[in-house]
Amino acid sequence: MADVTLSGLSKSFGATLALQDVSMAIPSGAFVVLLGPTGAGKTTTLRLIAGLDAPDRGDIAIGGASVLNDTPAQRDVAMVFQQYSLYPHLTVRDNLAFPLRSPRIAMPEDQITRRVAEVAEVLRIPHKLDNKATALSGGEMQRVSIGRALVRQPRIYLMDEPLSSLDAKLRADLRIELKRIHSELAATFLYVTHDQIEAMTMATHVGVLDQGRLVQFGTPREIYETPVSVYVASRLGQPRINLLPADAFGKAPAGAAQIGLRPEHVAVGDGQPATVRRVEHLGDQTRLHLTLGPHALITLSDPHTSLRPGDTVAIHPQNPLWFDAGGNRI
Amino acid sequence: MAEIVIRNLRKEFGAFTAVEGSSFTIRDGEFFMLLGPSGCGKTTTLRMIAGLELPTSGEILIDGENVSQRPASKRDIAMVFQMFALYPHLNVRKNIAYPLVSQGVPKAEVAVRVAEVARILRIEHLLAKGVGGLSGGDRQRVALGRAIVRRPKAFMMDEPLGALDAEFREIMAEELRALHDRMKATTVYVTHDQLEAMQMGDKIVVMNHGVVEQFGTPQDIYDHPATLFVANFIGSPSMNFLAFDGSTAAGAASVTLGSTQMALPALEEAASGKLVLGVRPEHVTFRDSASYRGRIEATEYLGTTQIVTLAADHGRIKARIPSSQIAKVGETVGLDLDPRTLTLFNATTGRALRSAANARVHHG
Repeated sequence: MADVTLSGLSKSFGATLALQDVSMAIPSGAFVVLLGPTGAGKTTTLRLIAGLDAPDRGDIAIGGASVLNDTPAQRDVAMVFQQYSLYPHLTVRDNLAFPLRSPRIAMPEDQITRRVAEVAEVLRIPHKLDNKATALSGGEMQRVSIGRALVRQPRIYLMDEPLSSLDAKLRADLRIELKRIHSELAATFLYVTHDQIEAMTMATHVGVLDQGRLVQFGTPREIYETPVSVYVASRLGQPRINLLPADAFGKAPAGAAQIGLRPEHVAVGDGQPATVRRVEHLGDQTRLHLTLGPHALITLSDPHTSLRPGDTVAIHPQNPLWFDAGGNRI
Repeated sequence: MAEIVIRNLRKEFGAFTAVEGSSFTIRDGEFFMLLGPSGCGKTTTLRMIAGLELPTSGEILIDGENVSQRPASKRDIAMVFQMFALYPHLNVRKNIAYPLVSQGVPKAEVAVRVAEVARILRIEHLLAKGVGGLSGGDRQRVALGRAIVRRPKAFMMDEPLGALDAEFREIMAEELRALHDRMKATTVYVTHDQLEAMQMGDKIVVMNHGVVEQFGTPQDIYDHPATLFVANFIGSPSMNFLAFDGSTAAGAASVTLGSTQMALPALEEAASGKLVLGVRPEHVTFRDSASYRGRIEATEYLGTTQIVTLAADHGRIKARIPSSQIAKVGETVGLDLDPRTLTLFNATTGRALRSAANARVHHG
């Protein structure tokens, strides 16, 4: 494991500026999640670190030394992709052993046996080792793909949406497993996703990318509670943060153009009258869709609320976030 | 506008039974969800209602009329698919107008109805555009427009948002539901996404292996699952299951797990043998002096709340607690389960035992 430092990375593909002046310090042992919509530059960052693409400008250092002139193999990183890429004719055991038998590593067979057994244990697939890769479920195949990265003990693991092709329940299980694997290995992870739940639950640090720029880097709690901009505030939180004109509830600080209220920060009880438009019972929580004058907003209520569409409730803001005309937080 | 009644509907494909004796009623104007994992029979059920498959036995009544053996074209139902098939060489206006033109509706009326649909869907500014350059969401809106313009009795939607990414899916889900609230047309909607079903549906049918597991409002299904399958499928994280051997009598208001007496809603039937106590994550709270203990294995930050995974004597438990509360991995804590919310299941049959809390939902 090693720390990774990105300094002033830029990369264009033709006329498209994929990455602009990105700098980031990934401490050794961190679980960094890069979050952003399609086209934000997440995968480009991974590919530059892996050595699959070369940056136009900037430097990448792993363990304190620049790796720009190293081949992907010399960089000693492992990459896991969204689509599992297993050898279908090989057993799980041989799929896991494959990277260790490569000429560059050429590990003795007795060590390989031990290493494969360890990783199978971590991934909870020891009983599947003799199965053909094609005889596995989707979740098991993805665990084997992750396992193929884990056997190698590289300096950093790069993961590109490894869970996005799995169903919701399995994703939830594998989130916990990845976190456990990370803490057991004390390894450095750089993980790309557009799924905010993955970012919130697994990361020690979240980097939010917007059109090739790194706009905020911090703990999930910092990103959620003190976002630097409307864009960052909108990336985390379900339902999304409510954004209204700054004066929607009356007085606003100087320079504020918008007020941002997480649904849990729209307090019901006193304040401005709002009309209930729709009541959504999600089981553990109930979402109230409200209209406040011309504005729509969402708040949470008791799961068994008796409120119905057409009812009026009084609301006021709590812990509001204020944003200026450019979308930056004041 | 239509009420749809399904009675003992069954579909076999050779030796395989896709749907086994389903019965439920879709009221006029309802947004009705068919929910379940892939292969559960939900799409087959939808296709039978639409007339794209004919049932092996059973009845489908639309507004009181038995249409079971009638072809799709005679049922006046519009289908919306996941993969929106638009005519690439026609512009948005002509795509929406197409079903009317092919029915021979007079030109003037076509123009009026297309304009009305474009207004409802808020795509008036796109009418003259080709469909090639449209975004995914706008293509989906045009596909909806083509279904709406016919003014069918009911809409059948087969995972219409399945191909969209998470952020956009949420926006489209809200938009679809708002559209329904404006039009009030009976809609049957197939999904495997429990959150989508809870969020959009007035009623939900949960299916598994061709069988209707439960039918009801989202909140009732969440609070009072009829089976272990439903309890596990609905909710994220899903209901916790504490498995134990025991026996209970009708009238009992507690069960014994290990050395802990757990209060629960008074049971209306007896059971013995392999039992499962079900508790939702938000109904598990930490209390130092509670006798039931769990060791914290993992914590997951989710903004205002966090999910804490614990190992307990009868299985793994997930608790949803405020993120302001401190939970340290490795520590052992006492756990309270809110007695009003608990469900007891017979592990052998998979069914919930009838209790004072769920009797209305399961047998009302």
